[in-house]
Amino acid sequence: MSALDADIQIQLESGFQLDVAFQGAAGETIAVLGPNGAGKTTLLHALAGLRPLDGGCITLDGMALDNVATGKFLPPEDRSVGFMFQDYLLFDHLTVRDNIAFGPRARGASKAAAGEEADRRLELVGLADRADARPHTLSGGEAQRVALARALAGSPRLLLLDEPLSALDATTRDYMRRDLRELLSAHDGPRILVTHDPLDAAVIADRVLVVEEGRTVQHGTIAQLAQRPATRYVADLVGVNLLRGIVSDGSIELPSGALLVSAEVSEGAIDGVVLAAIHPHAVSLHRQAPETSARNTWSGHVEAIEALGSRVRVRIGGAVSLVAEVTPSALDDLGIVAGIEVWCTVKATEVSVYPA
Amino acid sequence: MPVLLLIPAVFAIFFLVVPIIGLLGKVVWGDLFHDLTTPQARAAIALSLRCSLWATLLAVLFGVPLAWLLARVEFPGRALVRALALLPLILPPVVGGVALLSAFGRRGFIGEPLDAAFGIHFTFTATGVILAETFVALPFVVITVEAALRAMERRLEDAASTLGASRLTVLRRITFPAIAPALAGGVALAWARALGEFGATITFAGNIEGRTRTAPLAVYLLLDNQPQAAIALSLVMVAICIAVLTLLRGRWLVRQ
Repeated sequence: MSALDADIQIQLESGFQLDVAFQGAAGETIAVLGPNGAGKTTLLHALAGLRPLDGGCITLDGMALDNVATGKFLPPEDRSVGFMFQDYLLFDHLTVRDNIAFGPRARGASKAAAGEEADRRLELVGLADRADARPHTLSGGEAQRVALARALAGSPRLLLLDEPLSALDATTRDYMRRDLRELLSAHDGPRILVTHDPLDAAVIADRVLVVEEGRTVQHGTIAQLAQRPATRYVADLVGVNLLRGIVSDGSIELPSGALLVSAEVSEGAIDGVVLAAIHPHAVSLHRQAPETSARNTWSGHVEAIEALGSRVRVRIGGAVSLVAEVTPSALDDLGIVAGIEVWCTVKATEVSVYPA
Repeated sequence: MPVLLLIPAVFAIFFLVVPIIGLLGKVVWGDLFHDLTTPQARAAIALSLRCSLWATLLAVLFGVPLAWLLARVEFPGRALVRALALLPLILPPVVGGVALLSAFGRRGFIGEPLDAAFGIHFTFTATGVILAETFVALPFVVITVEAALRAMERRLEDAASTLGASRLTVLRRITFPAIAPALAGGVALAWARALGEFGATITFAGNIEGRTRTAPLAVYLLLDNQPQAAIALSLVMVAICIAVLTLLRGRWLVRQ
């Protein structure tokens, strides 16, 4: 039996509908990935009890937290749920220690016991020396760890993290990301991590739930997502070119009229409307019309060039819009700059196709 | 520096400071202690302090819940209630006194049954003074606390509830500390206003020495025959108001 069983249906006044169902095992981290406005935060609010469900139910360790059918609703203070907010929401009129002791204290621990718990939590996140500081004097990384320690104090059964790394600068984010995975492993219930950064999901989470416009569009490991992204958002996110087209005469006709050849289609195994995924590193760039065995050749113009670690992503617009990933030296050798015309080639064997 | 703005601004400062300078110039400093310790002056100051502190307390006890209602609860007619809460602020105090008299006076529709049932009456009593002062002081508490409740980050209350805090605990440990500086400001303003109350008091509670003659009433009465005593009392009130302003300024500096 799963520790967390959630079927979340919410209807916001704006007309937005959230309808997401998933399960979480004890000790498992699930990343909820999605663009802004996808309903990720609303989902966390429903789990925490800050927003009652309009349909469905949430069960944690066999106990109903919210069940529309039976009319059961536990308010947030009666749920064993830790919530780490995006902007931390630390209490500035309390010291760091009292912030962390707040939960245990509110749940009935004695002042001494709550203080001890706070000190222990501070020790775990390496901030024992900041116990008497006021939250506004903390650095971003310190505030983040205090917020996490506060959410974990009292050992809630379910841990919710809303964009826990988004308020940090890039450098801090990199090492906090690694830290976070380790700190979370100490929590033995399910953990739900909302993020829009696939790297967070890849490093911290065991599984990913992709939510767009209130619906689950895909769900699996990051590797599975990268292999077979279900939507343009997922493809963009994990960096795969995703083209929608119709199979006709052994090739795929794209909306622009361009034809895409895929080894998988030639084999005749697939029909109808399909999604073709092309990895950016499978796209070769040329300045002149190339003589090549590659079956797919299109011209386009360079729309944007962006550095991505040791690679460069070149966005090409035209009858077939693609992202190509090349090395900086290849970019130099070819003399590629924004606005110029280039030729792209993709081998038929590099185009994977699946039904849309 | 736009001179066109500077000149009227300097005039404004001049206008604010000149009356105080005039008052200080009239004070007979050698007799000040004597003037403030006459039985009449002492009675007026004691009555003023007693009534204004009670009025401030009542304004807090009733004003804070009203501010909470206005800030947090959607109900039909909320805009109207908010306007009503501000009415004593803009109503001429003497009109406020007449209105209070019509309701709570001996012949008032509340005053008459209260008098008949419990023997409580307001005219010519310190209770009447407190009522009049509460009436004019209430808006200051309501305005400042409502603004603070609206301005505060409500998600802090959400955060507290996810940490297991009941609504009462949230109120006590999160909401109240968040509005405390504003409440202190509102209390200071309400107290200063109650202390200076004149129009509603004299109209509603009367002007009986030792019972309803507060310091402002005494100043007005003394001005004809004993101007020196009137000025001494005025000085006390100026000092109190400056103290209140200093307190508020300290608050604001701390918050910035």
